[in-house]
Amino acid sequence: MGMTEESSHKISIDIENAVVSYREDVALRGVSLKVRSGEFVGIIGPNGAGKTTLLTVVNGMGRLVNGRVNVLGHALTSGNGHALRKKVGYVAQAQIIDPRMPISVREVAMIGRCGRLGLFHKPDKRDWEIVDTALDLVGMTHLAQRPIGHLSGGEQQRVAVARCLAQEPEIFLLDEPTASLDWKAKTDILELVKRIHDARKLTTMFVTHDLSALPIACDRVVLMKDGFIYDEGSSADLLTDDKLAQLYDMPVAEVAKRRGEAALI
Amino acid sequence: MDFSILTYPFMQNALISGLLGGIACAIIGVFVVLLHMPFIGVCMSHAAFAGALLGLWLGFNPLIGAFAFSLGAAAVVGPLADRGELNPETSVGIMFSLMLGLAFLFMGLMSGPKSQALELLWGSILTNTRSDIVVLAVVAVLVVGIVIIFFKEIQAVVFQRDMARSVGIPAAVILYGILFMTGATITASFSSIGGLLIFSLILNPAAAAYQLTYNLKRMFLIAAAFGVLSSWTGLLFSYLFNVPSGATIVITSSLIFMLAVIFSPKRKMKRWQKKSLLEKAS
Repeated sequence: MGMTEESSHKISIDIENAVVSYREDVALRGVSLKVRSGEFVGIIGPNGAGKTTLLTVVNGMGRLVNGRVNVLGHALTSGNGHALRKKVGYVAQAQIIDPRMPISVREVAMIGRCGRLGLFHKPDKRDWEIVDTALDLVGMTHLAQRPIGHLSGGEQQRVAVARCLAQEPEIFLLDEPTASLDWKAKTDILELVKRIHDARKLTTMFVTHDLSALPIACDRVVLMKDGFIYDEGSSADLLTDDKLAQLYDMPVAEVAKRRGEAALI
Repeated sequence: MDFSILTYPFMQNALISGLLGGIACAIIGVFVVLLHMPFIGVCMSHAAFAGALLGLWLGFNPLIGAFAFSLGAAAVVGPLADRGELNPETSVGIMFSLMLGLAFLFMGLMSGPKSQALELLWGSILTNTRSDIVVLAVVAVLVVGIVIIFFKEIQAVVFQRDMARSVGIPAAVILYGILFMTGATITASFSSIGGLLIFSLILNPAAAAYQLTYNLKRMFLIAAAFGVLSSWTGLLFSYLFNVPSGATIVITSSLIFMLAVIFSPKRKMKRWQKKSLLEKAS
């Protein structure tokens, strides 16, 4: 890596030898990763590889047993994540929301601003304008007054993206935002995330199982397995039948066959 | 109708208790309903009952025992349920039966007449004193004040706790604040409603309000109105028919809940959707 290139791209996420464990299970076993400001990193790997844990380390929700994490200049230790989280947008998998939940779409998007506003501050006109702009960007203005539970899964995820935008984050973390969505909703969300990344140059980490999404969106792909980073590089180099066969413990021929079939769809 | 009854101090005390207790319990109920934590509320109210009996037995203020025990129960069950280490149904089952066991143990160990202990079981709003009202007023003002001041944080936490945490809201502090208020409210309303029945005055008005609105602010207001209505109507029946007030209050609140379910627009909406589907099909 050339120093000049390095300094022209500020490092916003610097993870060094991170170890995280939940009770008996070790979720991350010494992971190091640097993400440049504005970079779009895709993360794939089998279930239980530690992908979600890697994201929680970045927003200070995961507890480090060992290692160092520096995000946007904050050195993370357990318990000091609040200030950082205000600058990190996080979209999780679609959750099941009770259809009777007494909260409107617009109010859900406003939750994104709550951390920034801080305790004792009520949202003012400007905050609502930011929320309305975010809802407009994700195409949800017409549903703004609806109860959140009445929306479809795809629409709820768009609202989650709007909530992140209202937060005006510097880092955007997406944890399988398209899981359990239908094909159209999936591609809609992907397109939206890509558009937002390109427009706002947000540093983005995107966990997905959707391999076809990676080449379109990502500057770099990280393969994770068993709590380690297995490999990283461009999607062209990594999304090969060989690499995927190793990642998922499958015969190469089988990977090739299944990917061929998937391409037909 | 003869309203001279309203001039009696005991009736005035009861009406004020009903107002304050109804509001505080109903607001706590909104949290219980939206956080899907009825089990924690049940545990806390039965723990309060056991704590109050311990106080009676050992001769200290039963309210202190009630408060300490309900917070203790919340401190045990809250984190277990929060971290998902123990199935909520399991932990409530254990805690609930343990607390009832302790309550009956303390009652059995008490010497002399047990009328005071039995009063803690179903409460008596008509014998509330000025000091009961002062405690209730402090708790009601505290609960209403906290909801107004921290409304946006509370809204975020009851919607999705993890998400609230991820945007930088101190979700755990808010959650434990809610549990603390629950303990305080249960303790303060104890003498009026009684340890076995208090939980339905918490749950029913809020569950009824949940059927009627999609707006959280309105849900708080409707629940509070139902809480007060339950207390006052129950009080009236208790006085008219000379039956325990705790029982009439709880039965009134259950009736309100049933009516809310029957007239819920949230159910009508489903029917309306079905109708439009049928129209499309034909």
